[in-house]
Amino acid sequence: MRQTSPVIKQRRAAKYSLGGLIRRGFSKESWPRVWREPEFGSHYDVVIIGGGVHGLATAYYLAANHGITNVAVLEKGYLGSGGSGRNTAIVRSNYLTPEGVAFYDRSLTLYNSMARDLNLNVMFSERGHLTLAHTDSALRTMHWRAEVNKLQGINSSVIDPAEVKRLTPSLDVSENVRYPILGALYHPPGGTIRHDAVVWGYARAADAYGVDLHQKTEVLDVLCTGGDGPEGKGPGGRVVGVRTSRGDISAPLVVNCTAGWASTIASMAGVRLPITTHPLQAAVTEPVKVFLPTVVVSGSLHVYVSQTDRGELVFGASVDPMATYQMGGTLEFTEELASHVLELMPGIGRMRLLRQWAGLCDMTPDYSPVMGPTPVEGFHVDVGWGTYGFKAGPVSGEQMAACVANGRVPELIAPFGLERFSRGDLVGEKGAAAVGH
Amino acid sequence: MLLVPCPVCGPKNAAELTYRGETHSRPDPNQATPEEWRSYLYLRDNPAGWLREGWFCSSGCRTFFTLERNTTTGELREPLLPGNKVAGRPISDGTEP
Repeated sequence: MRQTSPVIKQRRAAKYSLGGLIRRGFSKESWPRVWREPEFGSHYDVVIIGGGVHGLATAYYLAANHGITNVAVLEKGYLGSGGSGRNTAIVRSNYLTPEGVAFYDRSLTLYNSMARDLNLNVMFSERGHLTLAHTDSALRTMHWRAEVNKLQGINSSVIDPAEVKRLTPSLDVSENVRYPILGALYHPPGGTIRHDAVVWGYARAADAYGVDLHQKTEVLDVLCTGGDGPEGKGPGGRVVGVRTSRGDISAPLVVNCTAGWASTIASMAGVRLPITTHPLQAAVTEPVKVFLPTVVVSGSLHVYVSQTDRGELVFGASVDPMATYQMGGTLEFTEELASHVLELMPGIGRMRLLRQWAGLCDMTPDYSPVMGPTPVEGFHVDVGWGTYGFKAGPVSGEQMAACVANGRVPELIAPFGLERFSRGDLVGEKGAAAVGH
Repeated sequence: MLLVPCPVCGPKNAAELTYRGETHSRPDPNQATPEEWRSYLYLRDNPAGWLREGWFCSSGCRTFFTLERNTTTGELREPLLPGNKVAGRPISDGTEP
């Protein structure tokens, strides 16, 4: 049964439909603005710092699931200008720990129904996801992941090189290479999605509920009272608002949904995080005809590749080893990428790279995020998303909204609390979350 | 490309060295509370600005040293050898065994 999107039920956003497209094509009527440019308010019930997938999804679910609409999303640049617009748009749920699998699977469920829920085509392509194994130890990890996945009801299995070749004919599965393909973890529900559309969908839906989206608004300070540190910041205190480049806002609840600047924003409230910021470089080739039907990932060769609907190959790699906030590209990255990709797919040797770019990744020691409350009351974090933030966007928003609205940490994100580092209770996802190890 | 000034070898491409990250002095394991020890293990300042960090000249002289780098502009300054000796001095100057 088809359901009407809650956004359209609100009658505050125009419905996107084929009929509407044809009608507007033949008339002079234009589409309305996708979201408002709201007045800058001085008080909100919840202030969300960071206008990417995580921040906008949190705002949307606060309004849609909990009826909290007096919310502001503050974004330093434009919506989706950070990691949300820089990732390689891959979604999957074949993680290594039961906590991780349950969490990312919920995200995939939300991605599946997103186009209908948000009344926007997010171009979700469930094309299948191959994680190649080039060594015995990698193959062992693939079996481990497949078993954890199957126990949680995730479609995931280990396949042999012949099956890899059948699914993706362009891969070289011969033994005459430095790292022969010994097998792969095959995850049919994995795929790609248009990351900008996800940002726009959540922004439009949140705006329709009355959430104020403030772009070009930089947070300069987080205002606290009663804490141990200077100016009432630090553990034991509580948050009372934020100081921005456009003025002060008072708010009892502040959610830090930034990537790259998570430590900077948290330090404004006197909270230290187990995070270092590293750039991750990606690159895209010129468009060619469709020949790559799956998403291919190789941990040993530190690369992942998929083909967009337009025909470009999108490559991603592991994070750069050096912590920095600079997003410049390096020649080492391009050289390594080219040699590794050619080892996998010798047939694309004549293709040219169009451009390369970098995004900032907040790496945690265990490759799992940091979510939930902090020692400063009212100051919540949804940070430390490393190289896997985009695929977790919807579920993070849903769970953070529940956490903020109910004042209780939901079960699904309880393993990812900041206090796990003082308990020594880490959620080690490196084997499934990173290609650089 | 970042040219890292190794105090012994001179400027080298960052890719030729091993990055060791933010440096903090280690608390005494016998005296530190679990909370202090775990914040030493896991918590980082991760500043957007000047940071003192460790490097290892892994494909050259194999010296461990620290320097200050601005994480937003890429500027570098003050490479120091172990024991905070100023760069350019010999590593063994007779004051240590």
